[in-house]
Amino acid sequence: MSACSCCRPASIGKKIVMALSGLVLAGFVLGHMSGNLLMFKGPEAINAYAAWLHANPGMLWGARVVLILSTVAHIWTGVLLTLENRAARAGGPAVEATRRATLSSRTMPYSGVVILAFLVFHLLHYTFRTVALGGQEFGDKVYEMVVAGFSQPAVAGFYIISMILLCLHLSHGISSVFQTLGLRNERWRGRLDAVATAYGWLIALGFISIPLAVLLGCIK
Amino acid sequence: MVKEHDNLDSHGEQTLSLRLRVWRQSRGAAGHFEDHALAAVPTSASFLEMMDMLNEQLIKEGKDTFAFDHDCREGICGMCSMTINGMPHGPLPGVTTCQLHMRNFRDGEMITVEPWRAKAFPVIKDLAVNRSAFDKVIQAGGFITVRTGSATEANNTLIPKSVADEAMDAAECIGCGACVASCKNGSAMLFVGAKINHLNILPQGQPERERRTLAMVKTMDDAGFGNCTNYGECQAHCPKSITLDVIAKLNRDYLRARVKEFFSSTGKPRKGGD
Repeated sequence: MSACSCCRPASIGKKIVMALSGLVLAGFVLGHMSGNLLMFKGPEAINAYAAWLHANPGMLWGARVVLILSTVAHIWTGVLLTLENRAARAGGPAVEATRRATLSSRTMPYSGVVILAFLVFHLLHYTFRTVALGGQEFGDKVYEMVVAGFSQPAVAGFYIISMILLCLHLSHGISSVFQTLGLRNERWRGRLDAVATAYGWLIALGFISIPLAVLLGCIK
Repeated sequence: MVKEHDNLDSHGEQTLSLRLRVWRQSRGAAGHFEDHALAAVPTSASFLEMMDMLNEQLIKEGKDTFAFDHDCREGICGMCSMTINGMPHGPLPGVTTCQLHMRNFRDGEMITVEPWRAKAFPVIKDLAVNRSAFDKVIQAGGFITVRTGSATEANNTLIPKSVADEAMDAAECIGCGACVASCKNGSAMLFVGAKINHLNILPQGQPERERRTLAMVKTMDDAGFGNCTNYGECQAHCPKSITLDVIAKLNRDYLRARVKEFFSSTGKPRKGGD
């Protein structure tokens, strides 16, 4: 028996919060990635895009509030689910056999923690601009800032690894959203798993293309 | 699998020599594995018959036998519950432990046998666990209300064949608990989903539909089962091959019940309103 079953959120309730907040975040990374690809169009395009975002503080802060709330809800339910599930297993069997659970499904808490660490670093790096930029001031010159940031192989490497983990996280997460909202069956499961994996790779490769292009000297 | 040159018994049947690591636990005490050797196990024996042979050997040696649950031994009661080499009901998909035969093992193989592991299923003794948490879930909503005494004409309630089939597929669940034991979260969602699917899609299940869904999920949560994170291990280990569809349907019905409850009418005007 749970010590506090009366005020504990229901299991499926937590899953629905996790699915919906995850859906918001998954939608955001697509928008973010699409915007980032303007790096390939040249400094004017991406700098104008950044200036346009900052010229609309209402929209920018509206999006930020939704994202912050979704992130908090996603982490909160993720921590609760992980702790409760560990307790419910009672240590598990001495011999552990896995028939079907995918690598991505079994590593969700771990990929999630790395992505959170990445998120903190990324915000300090390009939003607050306090780390890994050598104290330089870039102002509105986002293009120059990104090139300077990714010219350091260790920083670019961390971004690339984090995006591969994001791909792993999305490939289980997106398919799970449909299951949790009751919009999946045996006929659609395989297709939705494929859509989720494709979406994960689309996001990851889109993001990775930029640090990789900087490292290879395609973007200067 | 059995090799060509394996031992034969007096009936010419192949036999196996096995090394067994079996869980030993008394009520309230910490458990441990015990190692035993068992020879001349016919390949046609079921896994439970092999366990019977081990217990007979232990009785002859003047030792305590292993307690394990079993009843019908024909794969329909859901009593047998053993995790064999990490797999609930053993290595053969779609069967219960009693329907698992020793021809699925190799001569000289080491077999690890342990109870269902879950907080909601405490060990009673050795391999026997207390599954009354499932009974509590059934008591909370696994029923329909009908007038008893005089059966109505069956064809008064028409049920499309596809709906009857779907309900029947869900009703195949024998409540053995392998879904909980195989789940890396100790979640009972496949079991509860099967019961919800069985009753919620039939006309007879409609009057209690929302109440049933909310009550069964609450009882499941209170019993200490984990939360589903869509591993799919339960479907892969279910002896009745119940699919994750029942969990999707449970999620959908839960959401529906919550929305209906939230917007339910009290039938009275708001206090202080007009």
